[in-house]
Amino acid sequence: MFGLKYLPDVTTLQLDKDKCTGCTVCTIVCPHSVFTIEDKIADIVNRDACMECGACAENCPEEAITVRTGVGCAYGIIMGAIKGTEPTCDCSSSSSSCC
Amino acid sequence: MSRQKQQKNRQEPCCCDSSFIPIEISPSHLNQPAPLAEKLPFAVGTLRAGDRIIPQVSTTLTTTDKLGSWKARWKIGRMNYRIPPGLYAVGNPSSESPVLVSANYKMSFDRLRSELGFLDAWILVLDTKGINVWCAAGKGTFGTDEIVRMIDVSGLKEIVTHRKLILPQLGAPGVSAHDVAKRSGFKVRYGPVRASDIRNFLENGMKATPEMRRVRFGFVDRIVLTPTELIGAFKYALPAAVILFALSGLGPGFYSFNRMMTYGLTSVILLLGSVFSGALLAPAFLPWLPAKSFSGKGALIGAAILLLAGWHYFNTPGDFRNWIDVAAWIGIVPATTSFLAMNFTGSSTYTSLSGVLKEMRIAIPLQIGATGIGLVLWIVARFV
Ligand code: SF4
Ligand code: SF4
Repeated sequence: MFGLKYLPDVTTLQLDKDKCTGCTVCTIVCPHSVFTIEDKIADIVNRDACMECGACAENCPEEAITVRTGVGCAYGIIMGAIKGTEPTCDCSSSSSSCC
Repeated sequence: MSRQKQQKNRQEPCCCDSSFIPIEISPSHLNQPAPLAEKLPFAVGTLRAGDRIIPQVSTTLTTTDKLGSWKARWKIGRMNYRIPPGLYAVGNPSSESPVLVSANYKMSFDRLRSELGFLDAWILVLDTKGINVWCAAGKGTFGTDEIVRMIDVSGLKEIVTHRKLILPQLGAPGVSAHDVAKRSGFKVRYGPVRASDIRNFLENGMKATPEMRRVRFGFVDRIVLTPTELIGAFKYALPAAVILFALSGLGPGFYSFNRMMTYGLTSVILLLGSVFSGALLAPAFLPWLPAKSFSGKGALIGAAILLLAGWHYFNTPGDFRNWIDVAAWIGIVPATTSFLAMNFTGSSTYTSLSGVLKEMRIAIPLQIGATGIGLVLWIVARFV
């Protein structure tokens, strides 16, 4: 059983621990429990689960997190390539899923 | 790094945007929502707050609401599935009542209000162009700017005395909570991922358990997305099947209906079977298909179909024109299922852009190559 785990070692997620103040926001917003707080500082514990949604980077008040965000969507990437734009997405109809 | 790039990403138009017929809603409507409230099928009354009249919405979904969701999934009349942005009330909220933020995609709004039967609250609906919270957050339309704008437009500061907003957690990719606070004075609290956990969240002093913070992608979550996948795929597959069926009559000598009814039928069944399996079975069996990439998972489904087809050829060789015909499908079937499964990355809740790019770099050339060789062999098989 492979479960719902995607490709390993691909995410562009980076955490600069020197900037982190341990505010815990990243642990709250991440939908895949990528972060925990260790010794009052954020730590990446579930790196391969990151889907590059950007919630953590956007909400970190110290700008300690960077990640290249985008739609993890083959169709969007193909359409983007054809139209010569960034990957765009055709939103699926459920709020429990994204493009 | 990519703060700038993100902004750029966000300005890209969404492909679904173009298909939307905008409802005429100018901000001026929001100042006089009384006539609007009468037109809203889910409004049960109006409420006066200061000089504003706020539509009060029902917390039970009607058959029409449910039918609407069903139709949206099957892409029937999907374009007008948005509701006017602005402030709404559930129950009889006061100036102390919580403010929940939502998107103006009707299904997002329906899901939220249907969970609020126990509560008096305000719902601030952002203009996300009729797109659900998570997608809109990815594009930035569910975002800091829009929140700040809607706080102003709705007159929220005069309606509530507290300065707190509850956002769905999946709105977070578009929002900088600290910027919202800086620019509007409202403090953002991120609620749970699913509307069904809101009651628990509120009753636990606005605390979400780790489980409530995690996105799931269970069997039902996946299955409800497959109609959209199927419709998208069959739009191309049906014409292709008709063409293959017609071409199957070709061969040495005259055009033959007999050939069409045997080889042609086989071709149609194999093609449509592959499309159906790629768009439905791959999502259904996603966690159990032993491959990491979606294209790999799809190719495995294709291999299973080939085993079935091979077994059929062994028993009834007359349904195929010759062994070249069989070889052609060894290329076409897995390429088709692999491509369709790969497309499901867009509906999944856990694939990253970097991951999808990586698998596409390998899968797309293989899919194109296998389809190309398969089609050439298929044509050749007609004439030898
Ligand atoms: S959000 Fe930023 S500052 Fe806060 S814990 Fe996470 S990394 Fe540290
Ligand atoms: S980008 Fe999204 S999935 Fe990845 S760590 Fe940040 S919040 Fe979690």
